[in-house]
Amino acid sequence: MPFNVLVLACLVYVIFLFLVAFVVERRAALGRLGFLRSPVIYTLSLSIYCTAWTFYGAVGYAARSGIEFLTIYLGPTLVFVGWWLVLRKLVRIGRQQRVTSIADLISSRFGKSNMLGVVVTVIAVIAATPYIALQLQSLTLSFSVFAVDTPEVWRGPGNADIALWVAGGLALFTILFGTRKLDAKEQHHGIVTAIAVEAVVKLVALLAVGTFVVWGIAGGIGPVIDRLAAVDAPGWQVQPDRWIGLIALSAAAVISLPRMFQVMVVENIDESHLARASWAFPLYLFLMSLFILPIALIGMERMPAGGNPDMLVLTLPLGEGQGALAMLAFLGGFSSATSMVIVETIALATMISNNVVMPLWLRLRPEAAMSGDLRSGVLLTRRLAIAGVLALGFLYYRFSGGSAALASIGLIAFAGMAQFLPALLGGIFWRGGTKVGALWGLLTGFAVWAFTLFLPSFGEGAAIPAQVFSDGLWGLGWLRPHALFGTDGMDPLVHSVFWSLSLNTMVFTLGSVLTFPDPVERIQGVAFVNAFDREAQAERLGWSHGQAEPEALLALAQRILGEEALTFFEAQARGQGKEGFLPDLTPDFLAEAERKLAGSVGAATAHAMISQLFGRATVTVEDLMAVANETAQIMEYSARLEAKQEELTRTARQLREVNEKLTQLSVQKDAFLSQISHELRTPMTSIRSFSEILTEGDLPPAMVADSGRIIHSEAVRLTRLLDDLLDLSVLENGTVQLNLELAHLGGMLDRAVQAASQTRPERRFEISRNPLAEEIFLLTDPDRLVQVFINLISNARKYCDAEPAILRIAVRQRGGRVTVDFIDNGKGIAKDKQALIFEKFARLTDQTRAGGAGLGLAIVREIMANLGGSITYLPGQRGAAFRVMLPLRLEKPADGART
Amino acid sequence: MPGQGPLFLARAVYRRRRLRDAARLLPVLGLVLFALPALGRGATRSGGDAVFLFLVWAGLIAAALVLAPHLVRSERDSDAPLPEGDAGAEPGASGDKGAGGNR
Repeated sequence: MPFNVLVLACLVYVIFLFLVAFVVERRAALGRLGFLRSPVIYTLSLSIYCTAWTFYGAVGYAARSGIEFLTIYLGPTLVFVGWWLVLRKLVRIGRQQRVTSIADLISSRFGKSNMLGVVVTVIAVIAATPYIALQLQSLTLSFSVFAVDTPEVWRGPGNADIALWVAGGLALFTILFGTRKLDAKEQHHGIVTAIAVEAVVKLVALLAVGTFVVWGIAGGIGPVIDRLAAVDAPGWQVQPDRWIGLIALSAAAVISLPRMFQVMVVENIDESHLARASWAFPLYLFLMSLFILPIALIGMERMPAGGNPDMLVLTLPLGEGQGALAMLAFLGGFSSATSMVIVETIALATMISNNVVMPLWLRLRPEAAMSGDLRSGVLLTRRLAIAGVLALGFLYYRFSGGSAALASIGLIAFAGMAQFLPALLGGIFWRGGTKVGALWGLLTGFAVWAFTLFLPSFGEGAAIPAQVFSDGLWGLGWLRPHALFGTDGMDPLVHSVFWSLSLNTMVFTLGSVLTFPDPVERIQGVAFVNAFDREAQAERLGWSHGQAEPEALLALAQRILGEEALTFFEAQARGQGKEGFLPDLTPDFLAEAERKLAGSVGAATAHAMISQLFGRATVTVEDLMAVANETAQIMEYSARLEAKQEELTRTARQLREVNEKLTQLSVQKDAFLSQISHELRTPMTSIRSFSEILTEGDLPPAMVADSGRIIHSEAVRLTRLLDDLLDLSVLENGTVQLNLELAHLGGMLDRAVQAASQTRPERRFEISRNPLAEEIFLLTDPDRLVQVFINLISNARKYCDAEPAILRIAVRQRGGRVTVDFIDNGKGIAKDKQALIFEKFARLTDQTRAGGAGLGLAIVREIMANLGGSITYLPGQRGAAFRVMLPLRLEKPADGART
Repeated sequence: MPGQGPLFLARAVYRRRRLRDAARLLPVLGLVLFALPALGRGATRSGGDAVFLFLVWAGLIAAALVLAPHLVRSERDSDAPLPEGDAGAEPGASGDKGAGGNR
């Protein structure tokens, strides 16, 4: 077949795919995806798992190692059949967090860590390099098969040139396909559909070749099985360690391969599609594998010596003269390689731009978040990344010599990608996983993989000196690339997978257990591990109010999301019940906006951008701690201020009270002075007037005697007043001399009643007493106490207005105190006056009825205070009632001070 | 977990739980069956092994085909929050290794 026809066919096929993608993108933009959203498309797009490795390499693998090639499809089958365990959660988290790549997922889970994103991206790019080289190699081989076949018509270019052309063409194709626009969710409907078409082409091609081989050459299924049973090829025996190891490895790879993650998680439109894919994808793998063994079997029988078993799918039909079938097979292989390269490079480019370049750029130029069109920057980065990834693949192809079996190259890539698994599964099932653990686990696994598998793949002595293979690194025998820790005799691949994954897991768990996650990590941990728990989702890390204006946020979002930003803002504003495009900056809205941006530029970048808008360069734990510290200081300061203020308030209150008291005292003093002058003035006035009368002389003796008597009585009254005043002042100053002795209470009351009987002797006055209760001996000053009793009894005699007046004297002893109540049956004292009666000159009624100066009760109160007791007015006794309380034994006060 | 919902569940919910158990166990069964050829050392039996593997494979696909629609329906049915008592793996409170069996 002419070589240029081949190239033309490829071009036509590519243009057809491009048209498919274009039409679908158009429909998607119009929102009319229809059947394109069906689970069939999703399942078919998952078939990028089957690359040129499957299409060409599996037959070669089967020819060399028998049924071992099946392990590569059995692992994914188990993962998909068990979708309920892992994939469901992965897809849910991917959708919830708007994850854009596996690097984004891991970085987002471990505290939106930039560092982790970079590490995952670097590992992914390096691990993908052999895989992309594999595709280049298989395409080059398939071209050369045709070129060699027809040397006289078209002398094909050399293999290296073909590989270069293929790599360039694929780069162009991918850039045209994958970076035409920037999607918020990083979903590429057009590409997914094109891949689905390619999936159909490769399945049909392989089934066609298989059918031809089984029924056209071998003569039916029965003979094939018979022949299969009879085969005794040297390498066909199942090696248990490789068998189990490869099933595990392929199961790990199907979860962590960047392109699988892209189609499975990122491009997922509907979670229920995964349920359909759980059986449909294994079915696809089943069909792909069905004819591999027969093709390998028949191909080996007919293959010329020295032929490449990897190309049997092409050489078998060609050898049988089936040109059209070979062409179909070629297109199938072309589909496998191109679809893988497109999705893989897009996935890697997304990771590179979102997790490495953009964060770096934003860090170098913080103002970039505010100015400039980021979209073009992101797209340019991705285009360069696609070209770079393909260039790396090409270089690997050149340096590894392009001679190794396809399957062995693919397995190296698988083992590299599998290093993500501990961090990934640990991240979504174990809240204890920390950033440090994930980082060191990944680095450890990567280093072991590179040392034991990747670098040796360039050949002994190429990347690692031959001496290291025999003697170990730095001459340490236990550091030999194929016999770590002295594990000689293991299959190199199983050896590498075993050591890299187990050390990776160990370091990850150990690092996680020993370190403490920062707050963002812990919040993300909850959000990921409890992805099916709605309440946990509600408490996601959100933004609180900041200084950013909605306009600034809209401007930023518009630069990244384009027109979609307006729609999003409008929808959010409507959700808040507002008109227009500017919603309030609620934490919910900001979190939603961040997630939306994260869909385009990755979680870490989106977080950094919004942080910038909010005037914070990056929100690190240190920042949070600083804020917390400041807050604590302010709180302490304000607490201290509060305490001080309280103290001041207390002092002010005390001052106010003292001031009030002083004012009162001053008023009292004035009142006292005016009272006393009034009290002194009255007797003085009568003494003066009567003495004036006497000085006139010439008076009848009776009148003289009368006047003299009046003068005398007024003088007595004056003296008594002065005595009282003196008494009061002595009592108040506490300088009174008490003569303490044992006295009989009843006797003292007798004396008092006797003395008081001179007050208004004409009145009928009964006193009811209980002599038995009065049998108490007190250690007190009896004269003073009697003075108190006299005062109280004579008061009753004076003021009790009942007829007959009865005074009840009740004595009670309780503990060390004696109570004597004086209760009469009069009207008592009005409530508002009760507080006044013990004040000086407080006479309730008119002066006329009172014999004294109104100092009696004041003196009584002072005496009682001096005797260590008290006198109070007892309200509610139906008459005036006074209670005298005094101690049974008065301790002699030191220095005559008041007790 | 005492005090978290009823000890015994309604028939429908019970069925749903066992369905999920089956979904979780299916890959384990598959792994055991897939591992069998590695245990049979000795003579090369590629033909027999291949037929056996393809049969197991087809069986697993069929089982997944039967389970998938029921699982999707059960997930939709249990959209309303219901107490999860005995589903082995609980990512809820403790949040350690669990298979994500909530909801």
